[in-house]
Amino acid sequence: MTVPQQTSGRAIEVRDLHKYFGENEVLKGIDFHVDHGQVVCVIGPSGSGKSTLLRCVNRLEDPTSGTIWVEGVDITDPETDLDQVRSRIGIVFQSFNLFPHMNVMRNLCIAQQRVRGRSKDEAVEVARANLAKVGLAGKEDAYPAHLSGGQQQRVAIARALSMDPDMMLFDEPTSALDPELVGDVLAVMKKLASEGMTMMVVTHEMGFAREVGDKLVFMDDGVIVEEGDPAEVLANPQHERTRSFLSKVL
Amino acid sequence: MKRTTKRKLTDAILYAVLVLAVVLAGALIDWSAVKANFFDPAGWKRGGNWGDLITIGVKNTIVYTLVAFVFGFGLAIFLALMKLSPVAPYRWLATGYIEFFRGLPALIVILVMAFGVPIAFNWQPPGGLVGAGLIGLILVAGAYMAETLRAGIQAVPKGQTEAARSLGMSAGRTTLSVVLPQALRIVIPPLTNEFVLLIKDTALLFVIGVQVGQRELTSVARDLTTSGPTAGTSTSLIQAAILYLIITLPLTRLVALLEKRQQRAR
Repeated sequence: MTVPQQTSGRAIEVRDLHKYFGENEVLKGIDFHVDHGQVVCVIGPSGSGKSTLLRCVNRLEDPTSGTIWVEGVDITDPETDLDQVRSRIGIVFQSFNLFPHMNVMRNLCIAQQRVRGRSKDEAVEVARANLAKVGLAGKEDAYPAHLSGGQQQRVAIARALSMDPDMMLFDEPTSALDPELVGDVLAVMKKLASEGMTMMVVTHEMGFAREVGDKLVFMDDGVIVEEGDPAEVLANPQHERTRSFLSKVL
Repeated sequence: MKRTTKRKLTDAILYAVLVLAVVLAGALIDWSAVKANFFDPAGWKRGGNWGDLITIGVKNTIVYTLVAFVFGFGLAIFLALMKLSPVAPYRWLATGYIEFFRGLPALIVILVMAFGVPIAFNWQPPGGLVGAGLIGLILVAGAYMAETLRAGIQAVPKGQTEAARSLGMSAGRTTLSVVLPQALRIVIPPLTNEFVLLIKDTALLFVIGVQVGQRELTSVARDLTTSGPTAGTSTSLIQAAILYLIITLPLTRLVALLEKRQQRAR
């Protein structure tokens, strides 16, 4: 049973989150939230803990301590039905992770049918609509290996959208793509943002963060160093660590 | 000496040694004795040994191999999943089983299953002695295939599981729909290899001595060295060897082909 522990009214609320890998503390007390309809971009050097934070939000990583509420449900509570929570959180990975033994349509339908309990016809209809949305109508029968990286990532987005998620998490969605393919994926993400989707985006795309983000979070060494309006933070960083990071990537 | 001259000279010596060896073998070996013992025409001609070798021997060898493979594979899936289980005692059990049976000669397992276990446990093996021997083969084959399968399952990228779980699929559903289908594809070549090994291992059933109609290829060939048209010669063994090769060589070629295709697909 999922019993709402608190209704914070926020899409994601993280409080005092700590995460160890063995002896190594990668998250050192994170307080973080995403409001409904907000696009929050998380930036920072590799190893700063930003991907781990994202992965904790749907418990792909188990937090060592701290509390995370997703849509008011405490997902760190062992009684929470994780499968149910996860099915409402779309996640897009750096390495796409499409199922290579299924064609595009099957990739989009399997969880709809097996988890949502939709009929095949219903699932196919939803899948077609989402494929069209990411600009890949007509690719239903293709296998992932025959698609470009940019196409695969857009299929992955469509797969996540087909579950009608409450929010979407993006874990460096364009980092594995050839530069000329990045634009297509970012365009889809922009469209999603403009439709009011709640999004948490771990990214190195500063342009996307500035243009689309409602909030920018800079992480370094397991802590949130600075957060605020993206244009503000990018133009006028308050902390030395933020300044030195931005000077390297901008 | 020039480099090219030197190389030509080495090549000439190597060929000369080879030719000399062939000539010596031809001169020293008593070919009529070889022919009488290995190629007795009484066995090779129509109506000779081929009838029994094929209709009893090859038939039973294929049936036993298929039975051992199917049941061994079922056992192997079970063991592989146990070995990857989050529950530690299951892992220990599977590891213990696999190490135990891979560490023993298959012959010992077959003998114990056929002659020891039925008496010790007052147990009627299904299918009699052959059944008991086959169970021995299955127990061993399962252990080897379990290791192959485990490697295949672990070769499926972790991101596949993460993607499935993040869509809300349960652990069981993820294993069934996402991990196992990909793992099976990865293990088709090594499993075909196991199949070839199993074909050859059915010859071990020879030791339990069963009724004539239930004998596999090696047993039938062995019988024909002491009775029938070529009794007293090894002709039937050579014929059996050829029959084994007719079955195994295409399969090993197939493995090579599948491996090449998989490499290209990557």
